[in-house]
Amino acid sequence: MAIDYKASTINDLTQLYRSGEATPSQVLEAYIKRIERDEARVGAFITTTFDEAREIAHRLDKRLADAPETIDWDKETLFGVPVALKDNMCTQGVKTTCASKILGDFRPPYDGTAPGRLRAHGAVFVGKTNLDEFAMGSSCENSAFMRTTNPHNADYVPGGSSGGSAASVAADFAVAALGSDTGGSIRQPASFCGVVGMKPTYGLVSRYGLVAFASSLDQIGPFTRTAYDAALVLAAMCGQKDPRDSTSLEDPFGKTFNKRGFAALDQGFVKAMQAKTGQEIYKGARVGVFKELMGQGNDPQVDKAVSASIERMRELGATITEVSLPNAKYALAVYYILATAEASANLARFDGVRYGLRDPKAKDLLNMYLETRHEGFGPEVKRRIMLGTYALSSGYYDAYYKKAQQVRRLIASDFERVFAECDFLVSPTSPIPPFKFDEKTGDPLTMYLADVATIPANLAGIPGISLPCGTTDNDLPIGLQMLGPQLSDAHLLQYAHGLQQSAD
Amino acid sequence: MPWESVIGLEVHAQLKTKTKIFCGCPTDFGMEPNEQICPVCIGMPGVLPVLNREAVELAIRTGLALNCEIAADCRFDRKNYFYADLPKGYQISQFELPICKEGHLDITGKTVRIQRAHLEEDAGKLVHAGADGLHGSEYSLADYNRSSMPLLEIVSQPDIETPEQAREYLTNLRNILRYVETCDGNLEEGSFRCDANVSIRPKGETKLGTRTEIKNMNSFKAVQRAIQSEIERQIALVESGGTVVQETRLWDDNTGKTFTMRSKEDAHDYRYFPEPDLMPLQIDREWVERVRQTLPELPNARRERYMSQFGLTAESATILSETREMAEFFEATLKAGAESAVAEAAKYLVGPITAYLNDKKLDPSQIALTPDHFAKLIVAEKSGTIGSTTSKQLLPELLEKGGDPAVIIKERNLAQISDPAVIKGWIQDVFARSESQLQDYKNGKVKLRQYFVGELMKLAKGKANTQVMNQLLDEMLPTPQ
Repeated sequence: MAIDYKASTINDLTQLYRSGEATPSQVLEAYIKRIERDEARVGAFITTTFDEAREIAHRLDKRLADAPETIDWDKETLFGVPVALKDNMCTQGVKTTCASKILGDFRPPYDGTAPGRLRAHGAVFVGKTNLDEFAMGSSCENSAFMRTTNPHNADYVPGGSSGGSAASVAADFAVAALGSDTGGSIRQPASFCGVVGMKPTYGLVSRYGLVAFASSLDQIGPFTRTAYDAALVLAAMCGQKDPRDSTSLEDPFGKTFNKRGFAALDQGFVKAMQAKTGQEIYKGARVGVFKELMGQGNDPQVDKAVSASIERMRELGATITEVSLPNAKYALAVYYILATAEASANLARFDGVRYGLRDPKAKDLLNMYLETRHEGFGPEVKRRIMLGTYALSSGYYDAYYKKAQQVRRLIASDFERVFAECDFLVSPTSPIPPFKFDEKTGDPLTMYLADVATIPANLAGIPGISLPCGTTDNDLPIGLQMLGPQLSDAHLLQYAHGLQQSAD
Repeated sequence: MPWESVIGLEVHAQLKTKTKIFCGCPTDFGMEPNEQICPVCIGMPGVLPVLNREAVELAIRTGLALNCEIAADCRFDRKNYFYADLPKGYQISQFELPICKEGHLDITGKTVRIQRAHLEEDAGKLVHAGADGLHGSEYSLADYNRSSMPLLEIVSQPDIETPEQAREYLTNLRNILRYVETCDGNLEEGSFRCDANVSIRPKGETKLGTRTEIKNMNSFKAVQRAIQSEIERQIALVESGGTVVQETRLWDDNTGKTFTMRSKEDAHDYRYFPEPDLMPLQIDREWVERVRQTLPELPNARRERYMSQFGLTAESATILSETREMAEFFEATLKAGAESAVAEAAKYLVGPITAYLNDKKLDPSQIALTPDHFAKLIVAEKSGTIGSTTSKQLLPELLEKGGDPAVIIKERNLAQISDPAVIKGWIQDVFARSESQLQDYKNGKVKLRQYFVGELMKLAKGKANTQVMNQLLDEMLPTPQ
């Protein structure tokens, strides 16, 4: 029987390639085989790109066989690693749908920066994953095309919006996946699917080629099995400014932005982190427990698992204090004004004029707009466009958008204040464990509450990680969220790594 | 009741950058449709704008030339509306914090305040099949070559009182933009476009009346006519008991009238908000000062200088300073050796050369005559090497074909003879064979002087320096009885 490379990490694969025990093509075929076997149940992919993946893996095979000396393993850190991409990241010539009918057939003429950088590090893309339409949702139920189920139990949602990417890693369809996180769209599905998911500091990863939902909040990040792999993937994407994205930081870990002198997230840091033990990492660490996100309103099983993780940190040498962020309670309201306002403009370009869906029957321009957008967008997208349009309307701007911006700054300064006293914060990633299909689709507000713990990080532009911290009585994953100050991404990953190390 | 009109102008000037304002596409005019586009300027999903530094610099330059304050902090906003020529469904513009504010521009006897000038991107262009506009056309084609071209929208205060002043404001504004080389000011190519806000009020009233916005004026003359027509329409309306409604009106150059485009109720709610894809723009003072150092002397300053330094009339000084090309031609001429012939230079430039330029629709940088050669021509005339008749005859040829006047004068033997000895000899010859005429002259028939001049000219083959000749002739003629 062929080896299935199940539960492999990036490091595992690199070792196999370097020792000559496997080739990228052999590994890829094992992953393709598993996708073909399980995809009907999981439904992670809108598009698979096996042909292109095989071609690239074959090329890597040849290099490995004919010219291994040309491979710089310190640089090509993702050599032969099967990776899945959320289908809101543009890939040249490959369908990029955002799980929306309005982009059902859209093939971008260009590659996004983040996928491009992963490819340059040797990644092999196996497909484009399902999501809530335009990344708007928390369960993947808003996809116009398909249902993605939770690989742990097909009756449950995988979370969202990057549910397909989370499921692809949990189902072993890929070793890593990219998602985008606007209000929790990486961390919440990572939590639901029992994998690691990270939203980096805003501006660390270029957004060029990411179909925008809310520009000031969107950030691309990795899904992996381990924090260590997440560090490898993120390090491959960040570090240099992308001249195509004005909001990506130039020299992020240099003096200008990195006032607190955090370590740069580069391959050197990642390599060094591997050898460290949990005790070494947690000795003297100051951990803040995010008071407003614990207890009331949470599922007791979630709180129990999170508390156990906090206890483990204490055992490893950390000091634990409870900290309060009084303005955090406004985060959800602020988010649903700012994110929808930006979305109402970002989604205006889908008008049927240049690409994507166009209603062919419309008699005039106005009807073309109305019919195309009526036909092309699903109900949640329409709801958010209307919310955002309303919040920006003449006479309401000051009361909604402007006020929300002010409160956003208050939330950010709450974080700044608590980060003076602690190195990072912990909370549940989601107040509730994975829920069943159709459980929350009837009431948008209940669905929005699924993001209550993740949204504050996007508003403050800080990094956040979700990592598995236990399971419910019926074996569904629970996620622990760790939040750090801006540009502490390397440290945050190291804390997550330390915790995972000590659990193994 | 006597009425007065209140006019404010909004000018969209396309900045002369090499590439578009938010992407790397070139800004050439006259390309085939959609040849000058990329994913960014046609608003593909996932693309992001990146601000062109050159556009900012040209905005600073223009702002300084218009005496504006250059903001230390400004930012971009999204202006949201749907139209098929607007790829993203919003235009990136500046709303609350424009790059330039509070400037002014002088017109005859008046200073017009400039409220603001802000950077924004242009939209594409639609071509409608089977109709003039979208309405009634069978289909429309979209050309995005113009999409994301850099524009500076320059907004005046409502300080303009008459259609003539409006036209002068625009003329002066365009001259300044050309002077500082930030906009080529070409109305036909759409690189300089103007909308007008017009209202009326009883003379002496200080409160503003309801205004209408007039669009679709494609020449300075059209602006003047459109405003005139709109003022007349508003006065007639109010005097017949009606009220002016706030609306946007289109000018029709053929009928000479404005008509309603959209009313206030149909006006867009642009839902401006800060553009999250661009960082706030900080402009450090050093940059502004560096730009200020490179500004040329502007038309008004030059005009004043021409009057005080060269003693030119206001009219001549205006014509010579109005465009940068004319001013530079004039000054290069003086520098090329014609300092002593300022009056002659001004006389030719304001007269026949301006006439020629207007006729051919050229500017002084586009003609065959160089300042160097022009200087040689007028110095030759001033010094008496050639007569004014000769220089007048040579000028059209020099304008058309060029050439060195010194060489031409020599080759064609056009230099006049000023040597008194030679001319005296000719006079003696004429006197010798005109004894009876000389006698008649002596007897008081002074009209015969003209006869001697004619004979002399024949003898000199037209090349005698008339001044010297006249002087010697008067000396040598006998005193009439």
